[in-house]
Amino acid sequence: MPEALDMGKHALYVWGSFGATALFMIAEPLLLRVRAKAAKKRIARMARLEQETDQ
Amino acid sequence: MSSRLINWFKFSSPATFYPLARKIGLVATIVAVVLIAIGLYMSFFVAPTDYKQGEGYRIIFVHVPASWMSMFIYVVMACWAALGLVFNTRLSAMMAQALAPTGAMFAFLSLWTGSFWGKPMWGTWWVWDARITSELILLFLYLGYMALRSSIDDPRRGDRASAILLLVGVVNVPIIYYSVKWWNTLHQGSTIKLNEASSMDDTMLQAMLIMTLGFWAYSIATAMSRVRSVILERERTSTWVKQMIAEEH
Repeated sequence: MPEALDMGKHALYVWGSFGATALFMIAEPLLLRVRAKAAKKRIARMARLEQETDQ
Repeated sequence: MSSRLINWFKFSSPATFYPLARKIGLVATIVAVVLIAIGLYMSFFVAPTDYKQGEGYRIIFVHVPASWMSMFIYVVMACWAALGLVFNTRLSAMMAQALAPTGAMFAFLSLWTGSFWGKPMWGTWWVWDARITSELILLFLYLGYMALRSSIDDPRRGDRASAILLLVGVVNVPIIYYSVKWWNTLHQGSTIKLNEASSMDDTMLQAMLIMTLGFWAYSIATAMSRVRSVILERERTSTWVKQMIAEEH
């Protein structure tokens, strides 16, 4: 580990802060991708259902 | 003269804004990744160890940007809410809706990182101090806004009711900002003051400002991504959405 990343006695607090921030800021965009895909899938399914009922 | 003015109302149509949001989101993502990478490098490798707080002070590089963003996003949401109430534009409410979870996340992170900073420096994870309590109220305002929005079935009524909540709650933002001045708090005073020179080392200040700009770009990127989903969900019965999805599949 580079010396610059050695937080000594404050390691828990520094990494606990940066870790939680990283976790949220990586998870949020991933969850947003899932949401966009789900929304598109739902609309496509509704369109298919509408077509089937029209026929 | 009028031909030189941009017709802003054109962009208030979800159909026009949907593709534009993608472009803005892409640029914001690139800017966010670059700035946060530089900011993180500076936070650990460039900024010196603090003479008083040792390495623990480095929490400032996420704590301050997260706290600023939590307040700033709320003010931006309140502006969208006001625009929505005045002009009755659907997109304004959608923008407020798209910003809320990111704002709530930053309010939570502000409290979380503050707690992790408070423990080694003050010896306690939590204290009912004016700054911290008003930030907690901000988190509750975000959660209350989201709960109110989702509890009203008619989206347009939900937009109006939640817009009023946002506007009433905005009074809390100056309270958070000035709390360290108005009350005798355990929380330290502002590091950056609007009308005075900063009390911080230059590289520390630069790292903090770069991280803040990175968080700012991140917020724009996530808001643009979320508003696209909100538009799809709310406009799912409109012809342009159906056509666009049909073309994609």
